[in-house]
Amino acid sequence: MMKFNRRNVLVLGGAAAALPLVGGRALAQDGPLKVGFMYIGTINDNGWNYAHNQGRIYLEEQLGDAVETTYVENVPEGPDSERVLRELAQSGHKLIFATSFGYGDYVLKVAQQFPDVKFEHATGYQRSDNVATYNARFYEGRAVCGTIAGHMSKTGKGGYIGSFPIPEVVMGINAFALAARKVNPDFTMTPVYISTWNDPAREADAARAMVDQGIDIIAQHTDGPAALQVAEERGIVGGFGQGADMSAFAPNAQLTSIIDNWGPHYVEAAQAVIDGTWTSGDRWPGLKEGEVQIGAYNEKIPEDVVAAAEAVKNGQIDGSLHIFTGPINDHTGAERVAAGETMTDEQLLTMDWYVEGVIPPA
Amino acid sequence: MSTDLLIAVVITVIGASTPILIAALGELVVEKAGVLNLGVEGMMLIGAVTGFIVMFTTGNPWLAVFAAAVAGLLSSMIFAFLTLSLSANQVATGLALTIFGTGFSALAGQEYSARPVGIFRSVFPAELAGHPVWRLVFGHSPLVYFSLIMVFVVWWFLKRTRPGLILRAVGENDLSAHSIGYSVISIRYAAVAFGGAMAGIAGAAFPLLLTPQWAERMTAGRGWIAVALVVFASWRPFRLLAGAYLFGLVMTVELYSKAGGGPLSAVPAELWAAMPYIATVVVLVLISLRRAGSTSAPACLGKPFLATN
Amino acid sequence: MQFKLEKRPRPSQAMLYLTPVAAVVLTMLIGGAIFSLIGYDGMGAVREIFLTPLTNSYKWQDLGIKAAPLIIIGVGLAVAYRANVWNIGAEGQYVMGGVFATGVALTTYGVTGWWVLPLMAIAGIAGGAAYAAIPAVLRTRLGVNEILTSLMLTYASVQLIYYLVRAPWKDPMGMGFPQTRIFSEAARLPTIIPGTIVHLGVPIAIVVALLVWFVMTRSLFGFQIRVVGAAPHAARYGGFSENRTIWLAFLVSGGLAGLAGMLEVAGPFQRLVPGFPTGYGFTAIIVAFLGRLDPLGVIFAAIVLAITFVGGELAQTTIGLPAAAAGIFQAMMLFFLLAGDILVRYRVKRVVHQSAEARA
Repeated sequence: MMKFNRRNVLVLGGAAAALPLVGGRALAQDGPLKVGFMYIGTINDNGWNYAHNQGRIYLEEQLGDAVETTYVENVPEGPDSERVLRELAQSGHKLIFATSFGYGDYVLKVAQQFPDVKFEHATGYQRSDNVATYNARFYEGRAVCGTIAGHMSKTGKGGYIGSFPIPEVVMGINAFALAARKVNPDFTMTPVYISTWNDPAREADAARAMVDQGIDIIAQHTDGPAALQVAEERGIVGGFGQGADMSAFAPNAQLTSIIDNWGPHYVEAAQAVIDGTWTSGDRWPGLKEGEVQIGAYNEKIPEDVVAAAEAVKNGQIDGSLHIFTGPINDHTGAERVAAGETMTDEQLLTMDWYVEGVIPPA
Repeated sequence: MSTDLLIAVVITVIGASTPILIAALGELVVEKAGVLNLGVEGMMLIGAVTGFIVMFTTGNPWLAVFAAAVAGLLSSMIFAFLTLSLSANQVATGLALTIFGTGFSALAGQEYSARPVGIFRSVFPAELAGHPVWRLVFGHSPLVYFSLIMVFVVWWFLKRTRPGLILRAVGENDLSAHSIGYSVISIRYAAVAFGGAMAGIAGAAFPLLLTPQWAERMTAGRGWIAVALVVFASWRPFRLLAGAYLFGLVMTVELYSKAGGGPLSAVPAELWAAMPYIATVVVLVLISLRRAGSTSAPACLGKPFLATN
Repeated sequence: MQFKLEKRPRPSQAMLYLTPVAAVVLTMLIGGAIFSLIGYDGMGAVREIFLTPLTNSYKWQDLGIKAAPLIIIGVGLAVAYRANVWNIGAEGQYVMGGVFATGVALTTYGVTGWWVLPLMAIAGIAGGAAYAAIPAVLRTRLGVNEILTSLMLTYASVQLIYYLVRAPWKDPMGMGFPQTRIFSEAARLPTIIPGTIVHLGVPIAIVVALLVWFVMTRSLFGFQIRVVGAAPHAARYGGFSENRTIWLAFLVSGGLAGLAGMLEVAGPFQRLVPGFPTGYGFTAIIVAFLGRLDPLGVIFAAIVLAITFVGGELAQTTIGLPAAAAGIFQAMMLFFLLAGDILVRYRVKRVVHQSAEARA
């Protein structure tokens, strides 16, 4: 039963005055840190979103009662994401991970309205006081895969199924090609863009088009195991799991996999918020930090090839190898990076040209 | 282009065309009966998830296809009941069915997305399909042969049988058909049920033929291409066959061209993707130009039947 | 005891307004029960999806901006459907409105002036109307079914966006990502309530709905639309041109969809991205029907749909309901509504006893 005393009325009046406003700081609360996650697709996609969700689960396991997590899946890149971000912030989440590039504008907008909430935007580049960006150096994993491809491919032709020619994808193709051509200077790489992140039947057809034209190693930058399954069915040399181990789908064809391991970063960020030490910035860890991992090698890979792959992996971990170290020519043969020079992160993140050996799509 | 590559392209094109062809054959019969069911995409998704789950649990592709057909049929009965028994608007009901199918399949498939299944392989002995040319004849999944047989069956049924004639009469002039004593509603129920079963099978072709996995929304808009195809083929089964393979070719040849660094890479991918829809509109225009004001669409298409008794 | 449907002499006004309400209530009851049965928190789902967006005042602004484009497009479609013109390509016309408006925004980039937004609005309306003119000309000149053409054109328009943001309109500073640059200040829709995200599109939507309601009920044009839709033959006697009405219906529905596209791209998006087509044009078809093809009903229906979208996300954060569930609730609501339609035109009558020749 509600009694109307002065205090109640004041509270009501206060609430009414604040009604239409966005602001609405969530009630200050002790207790666990609430961490929100926003995914572009479903957590069951076997790829990108699945990996982020595994990271969320890892965070819960590691920090236990200190955190409480929430996720929202299938959030389109657009104004809908703004609403979800605000909803998460208003419901008391103090740390929010937005895990797709297209959320960028909205993360910045909502972050302005909630200065006491920390936001982390995956694969983005716009930051502010309470917006950090993070990514993983997937290209390091691509270099390991490329090394295996250079050794294993019989035709010397590799294919790469991508969604859109964004720098992240171009970087991966180039790292793969550079590593493969260190082993086999005649190795070529053919990218095929299918203009969608999630159309497994089309991925499979792209893989078939590759296999039928002599490509015997297929890497993909889309979510899901469709291309690997075609590799398995057709019995070509193989392909690589992307985002997660996919050997269940292609026990013979999966040579190894690049595993996205977001968990440690999520733990680190949550701990920093709890300790009050969180700061904005750009975090781009890779193999060294364990954020990118190389899965198990297929038994059919000869030992010396495994050793070569491990050498590339360990070189990148100890810093003795950076795959984007010159001399690097572009696909026309013109030198883009001089001998001994290494491309900066900035250059990598805006990469829009292909290295020698990549057959550029028109 | 070598013969081997040509054959390989043809096989991929046939694979890509088969689900569209099966779904479109069903929708053709539905539309011939004067009903427009825009829920094809939703029914396909329900068929896809059902087919996957049954294949995963039993390992029997025949059972999976059957179950998918039943699931598609059941979902089409929601549409039939609303539009035929309660004469609700067909466009709105079809759209609602697609929303429902998308949601239902996502919910039902939640536990199944990280699981692989086997493929519905050719039933012929492998030796028969050894030579590339013989692969063209014997190398396909049973679903491919099914789609081809159904082209003939649908043609024969509509053209050569009495029930087919009645079905067309119901689509062309429901009031006359009703006045000679045919039950317009029951005939349309049967047509919608057939369309639902075919859409379900078409959906099952995704995990069983194209890519042996379940992924949310894995039909990726092909139900709409099937709807376009029926129009593109001006409601004729053999044109539907040609049209399905043409659409499949458009979708696939681009990938082959890109993977081989061919000349088609120069055409923007978006134009290729829009091609089936643009071509359909163009075909509609051409037909109506030739036949002065008639697109050969069933006259009662999309209009509710209201018997005045 | 048997029941039988009997045609009403005229559509029941009571049922016309009662059935949408009943559809929502039934969805809550049956949907909640089904989700409870399959192991979810069914009652919680109903609460979060249908009620929380209304009771939590912070959500009102979300409802407003989500409902605005649905109202504008839905009102236009209501006019078209009244005239028996089945334009289901509003999504494509919405996309074209956004594309044309973006064209203006990018050409005037860096320019300041009050005239930029009105110019974008005109471009958006023109873009939507022009795209709707294609099915209109095909229907009036060649007799081509507009359901099929307008639908096909929608899928073509989506590809046009992909092309534009990937190639000619790509943001030069956008790290290679497929999207245009952010519009300059003059090309962005202002928010009207400080501290909220409620933009100019929300009052525009209400004004549009009221205006169309007025025109439809009080003007000769509205009368013409309704007569042609209800009885084309009678309309011809009355001297109304059917073709002219079809054209008007297409231009109004296309133009309004285009306006909605302009308001979305200049308001919440502020740049053109591949994710711009979010299905408003299709949802608006549902809204038009749920609103009984009546501009005022459309406002109500758009808010109900907005509630289920906003509530669907809420249910994910608060009770962990999967995203797919909201879609099932929406479909169910539509199914009930469509089923209820029959009660508007028919009444259920108890059959006491009749001779054997009674036909079902």
